Amino acid sequence: MSSRDEILARIRANRPQVDRPLPAVPLFDEHPPVELLTAFKDSLGRMGGIFLDPPASGDALAPVREKLTHAKVVCSTVPEIAGNRDIAAIGAPQELADVDFAIVRAAFAVAETGSVLLSDRELTVNAIAYLAQHLIVLLDPADIVFNLHHAYRRPEFRDRPYACFHTGPSATADIEGVLIHGAQGVRSLSVLPIARSLSPLSA
Amino acid sequence: MSSPAKPSEPSMLHPELGAPDDADAIHKNGRRLDHAEGSSRPLRSRPEEQPRGAKIHGSRPVDQAEAAARFIAAPEHEKMHDERLWDLRQKRDREMHGIPEWEELRALASAIKEHTLTHLDEYLDQFEATARLNGVHVHWAQDAAEHNHIVHGILRDHGARSLIKSKSMLTEECGLRAYMASVGIEVIETDLGERIQQLDNEDPSHVVVPAVHKLRTDVAQVFARTLGTDPDNSDVHYLAEAQREANRPLILAADAGMTGCNFAIAETGGVTVCTNEGNADLSANVPKLHIASIGIEKIIPRIEHLAVFVRLLSRSALGSPITQYTSHFRAPREGGEMHVVLVDNGRSARLGLAEFWTSLKCIRCGACMNTCPVYRRSGGLSYGATYSGPIGLIIDPTFNARKYSNLPFASTLNGSCTNVCPVKINIHEQIYAWRRELVKQHQTPFVKKAAMKVAGELLSHPAAYRAAIAATDYALAHLPRFVIYNGLNAWGKHREVPHSPKQTFHSWYHANRGEGS
Repeated sequence: MSSRDEILARIRANRPQVDRPLPAVPLFDEHPPVELLTAFKDSLGRMGGIFLDPPASGDALAPVREKLTHAKVVCSTVPEIAGNRDIAAIGAPQELADVDFAIVRAAFAVAETGSVLLSDRELTVNAIAYLAQHLIVLLDPADIVFNLHHAYRRPEFRDRPYACFHTGPSATADIEGVLIHGAQGVRSLSVLPIARSLSPLSA
Repeated sequence: MSSPAKPSEPSMLHPELGAPDDADAIHKNGRRLDHAEGSSRPLRSRPEEQPRGAKIHGSRPVDQAEAAARFIAAPEHEKMHDERLWDLRQKRDREMHGIPEWEELRALASAIKEHTLTHLDEYLDQFEATARLNGVHVHWAQDAAEHNHIVHGILRDHGARSLIKSKSMLTEECGLRAYMASVGIEVIETDLGERIQQLDNEDPSHVVVPAVHKLRTDVAQVFARTLGTDPDNSDVHYLAEAQREANRPLILAADAGMTGCNFAIAETGGVTVCTNEGNADLSANVPKLHIASIGIEKIIPRIEHLAVFVRLLSRSALGSPITQYTSHFRAPREGGEMHVVLVDNGRSARLGLAEFWTSLKCIRCGACMNTCPVYRRSGGLSYGATYSGPIGLIIDPTFNARKYSNLPFASTLNGSCTNVCPVKINIHEQIYAWRRELVKQHQTPFVKKAAMKVAGELLSHPAAYRAAIAATDYALAHLPRFVIYNGLNAWGKHREVPHSPKQTFHSWYHANRGEGS
């Protein structure tokens, strides 16, 4: 008998003969926040993320351009910002090791936790979101859901090979509880609210 | 359940650890950040030699109390450990109070797990079929040895010589690193705490914060020895940066990547991994080959169930609303290859233990460890086992009843572990049940057994019990110290026995509330 069959046979022989029905999981959304964007911003801040407030000038992308002033290698997967490392031309993830800033768009975000979801569709090469030193995420405020129950109804978890909630930057406090941003992944994560349809095609 | 206290500022157990300045902290918008496993206030330790864990002699019973005594004898370590874990517990309470449906989520989590475990064969079958459809290679391992052979086989087929991995208690349980060393494959842990432990040749002492028993000065010594850092510089930012910079080239050069698994979803064939450092995503997304090791009890039926567990996991573990990264691997990426190894290693047998099968509900959050007064004071390595703390007490004896026969006695049975458990495992009741079980199996030492026999006699005869209590109170108040504080009385080690009352409750009741009053 194969290991598979032996394990399954033991489980069948041993599983407790008790009735345990599968419960229905409510959405727990009776009390949503008045403003999803405000709630998201607050949650993101708690988790060490940076919310880029749209400037009064009306130039929505100005905070992103400001961040990129001193960056040598910029890799963008969004049409709004041009980088100087073409992700479509990448042969292996290791070629992204020297990227200073990566710019991507979130599939959606979660107000409860301040998370943004990035799937392989948004990233093109998954490793970009971890090898880059800093990550900037564009988020359409219309793409924010209230809580994780709503989040897990999204199609990405069934359709995409890879999808990851990013909630603030890579962090650790493994030594004496001292918080460090930039443990093994990005040192900072910034989120810029900008609608998909209103985005200019280039900057 | 205790009634919820009002949320308040975390209190300190050892105010002398409070730091006057907070130079290490990260502030954003006037707020001191304490997400991930960050402490809610500045703490400062003084250098002290690190106490080491339990002495292991094959299958002979681990002497947890001996190792705990050495941990307690190192007050800087003991206090920092106690303080940090109590801080995590208090952060957990803070998060709990922020979620009105918290108790409902715990009940759901428990019910989903119990349902899944009682239908585990069906859900494993479904998981395997869906994962295969997604293009994932599925392997089955009956025990640790088979797991290690399978992983080695996959690596050999790909000519892989180096493996980067994220933290996995299952691979600790299987002794993967030692095995890989014996076949010439280099394993590189990518989590900071786990890497510290690997470089120091020590097991993780906690399921979530593996190096929580170490002071910054201990880490400075380990890194000076292994990474060439300045031995006199114990600045935590410096140490973390040194580890990041040392690991990055190893990550880029690795031939294969490995992760554990927090939740495996039968419906989608997907694997969910929760980390704060993003190291699981590096391990899985940089090399072409990704192997995920999965304990068979990690299965949950549907995607919607993830919401329940993800909401509970990091809040219970660290008092952080979510881990920085919650990663969902469902299929190999383009040009990549994904393997999963479903590991039994005693779990299917545990499923048949009427009193203990619900321990398989555990999601490895560590909340029971953070709240346990014995664990906080004795350090995880004193248990000499892969799993320490309350959950360890009820899992470890299933691996080796003789070796871990002392562990179920390392508890005060106060029940705090049960109260904080996000999947409602009756941990303290199982600890008690294990004591009974081990006595039945003759795995308990003579002194404990003899004492229990006397106690059993007394407890079954109320009059004899009352007489004995009165006599004991009198004796405790008048006996010389050496009679009370000797090797046979574990309650008198490292602490003073409480003052005995002048009058027993029974005699007080008789005098004050007895007939006629």
